[in-house]
Amino acid sequence: MDALMNWLEARLADNSIFTLQTLGYYGDGLVTTVQLVFLSLIIGVVLAVPLAIGRGSKKAWVRLPIFFYCYVFRGTPLLVQLYLIYYGVVFVEGIQETWLWVILEKPFVPALIAFTLNTGAYTTEIFRGAIKSTPRGEIEAARAYGMSWGLMMRRIVLPSAFRRALPAYGNEVIFMLHASAIASVVTLMDLTGAARFVYARFYAPFDAFLFVAAIYLCLTFSIIFFFRRLENRLLAHLRPAGH
Amino acid sequence: MSHRHLLLAAILGAGLVTATAQADEPIRLAVDVPYEPFEYKLPDGTLTGFEVDLGNAVCEYLERECRWVEQPWDGMIPALKARKFDAIMSSMAITEERARQVLFSEPYYTTPSAWITANGNDIDLQDRDSLEGLTVGVQRATLQDRYVTDLYGDVLDVRRYASADDVVADMRTGRLDLTFMDYPIAEATIDIDTADSDFQRISDFIKEPETYFGQGVGVAFRHRDRELAEQFNEALQALKTDGTYDEIMAKYFSYDVKL
Repeated sequence: MDALMNWLEARLADNSIFTLQTLGYYGDGLVTTVQLVFLSLIIGVVLAVPLAIGRGSKKAWVRLPIFFYCYVFRGTPLLVQLYLIYYGVVFVEGIQETWLWVILEKPFVPALIAFTLNTGAYTTEIFRGAIKSTPRGEIEAARAYGMSWGLMMRRIVLPSAFRRALPAYGNEVIFMLHASAIASVVTLMDLTGAARFVYARFYAPFDAFLFVAAIYLCLTFSIIFFFRRLENRLLAHLRPAGH
Repeated sequence: MSHRHLLLAAILGAGLVTATAQADEPIRLAVDVPYEPFEYKLPDGTLTGFEVDLGNAVCEYLERECRWVEQPWDGMIPALKARKFDAIMSSMAITEERARQVLFSEPYYTTPSAWITANGNDIDLQDRDSLEGLTVGVQRATLQDRYVTDLYGDVLDVRRYASADDVVADMRTGRLDLTFMDYPIAEATIDIDTADSDFQRISDFIKEPETYFGQGVGVAFRHRDRELAEQFNEALQALKTDGTYDEIMAKYFSYDVKL
C-alpha cells in the first residue's frame, strides 16, 4: 500500500491540480455517490414492488393514493423535492426536539429520502407497466391450475414482469446515478461536489469536470455491463434459437 | 465616409480629448449607481455614498474640481480607455487581469469577513481542539470558502452552500454551529449584533492575509495617467491619516473597511 502511495505521489509530483489531496476529495465523493445511489435504489425497489401491484388494484382507495404519489414525484423536479425535504422539513413545528432531527440534521438522510421517493415513483411505473403487459394466456393458465391470487403473483406474474422490466429499470439506474449529481446543493460532498470544489479551488473547469465525467462514465459502464449480463441470463428464453 | 476620413477624424478627436485632460480641467470620476452604500442617489437626485464622499474629499485635497459621471458597469473599462472620464471610483476590486487594462491606485477599502454564531454558543476560535466536529457553513467557491478550508478544514466540518441565503437558513435551523461570511452580506442577510438578534459576531473583522482576501478596491486610471494616479495615492494617504477617511467611513459603515 505504501509503495502504491509513493508511486502515485511520484506520478503526481508535477501536477498542480491533481494532488493526493484532491484525489482524496474525489475518492470520498465516489464513496458518497455510490452509497447514496445504491441505497436509494435498493429501498426504492423494495417500495416499488408492492406499490406497483397496488397501482393496478381495483380498489380505488389503494389505487388512487399510489397514483397520486407517482404523479407528484414524477411530475416535479428532483431538485425541488430535495430542497423541500432538506430545507422544508425544518418548518414542521417542533421537529428539532424529536429524535427525527438527529437523522435529518445531517444532509445525507434528507438526500437519501428524496432520491428514494423519486426513484421509487419511477420504478413503480416501470413495474406496473411490466405487470400490466403480462400475457393473458399466462394468467388464464395460472387460474386454470387453480392458483390463488398470491400464488399466481409470486410464481407467474412477478417473475415474468421483472424480466420484462429489466431493460427499462437499467435505464432508471443510470438516470439515478446522473441525477445524484445534484446532491451537492445540500452540501453533500458527492462526486460532483468534489469536482465543484476542485474547480473553485484551481479555477480549472475543464480538468475538474472532465475528470469527474470520466468517473461517471466508468460507473455507468459498470452498470450497463451488469444489466447486460443479467439480461443475458434472465432473458435467455427470448433469444432466437441457435444462439 | 471613407476609412481615411474616419482615421483623420479619430486623430483630430483624440487631440481634442487630450487637451481636456489638462490640470485646470475637472477630473471626471465614473461610478455605477446604485451600489449602496458606496454610491447611490438621494430622493432629490443628488449623488452620495462612501466612494462619492471620499472622491470629493480627494478632489478637495488636490484642489481640483471633480465631476461625477454615471457609467454602467459592463462598459466601465472601455469607456475609461475611450476617455469618457479620467478615473473609475466604483468599487472595482484590484485583480491581475484588470491591472493589465488599467492602472490602479493603492487600495482604499476592502470589506471584512467575520465569524458568526448563534447567541449562547460558547465557541473559542483560538482553541482548535474545542472546534473538533463543529459545523461551519460557507458559500461555495468564495474566498471565505478557501480561507476556512485551508485554515480550519482539519478540525471543522465544512459545509458548502450555493448561496448566502442557504447558509442563513441552516444557521437558523441549528444545522450549522458557525459561519464565516463577508460581513456586509452577513449584515444584510442575518440579523446580527443588534439588541434582539439571535446571532453574534465572535471574531475581529478579518481582512488578511492578502492571498485569501485580495488586494481590495482601488481607483482605476489609464496607464498613461500615472501622474494623476500618484496624486490620488498621495491624497488618499493624507485622508487616511488626518481622520477625514474615518469620518466618512463612520457615516456609512458600522464596521471597518479601511486598508
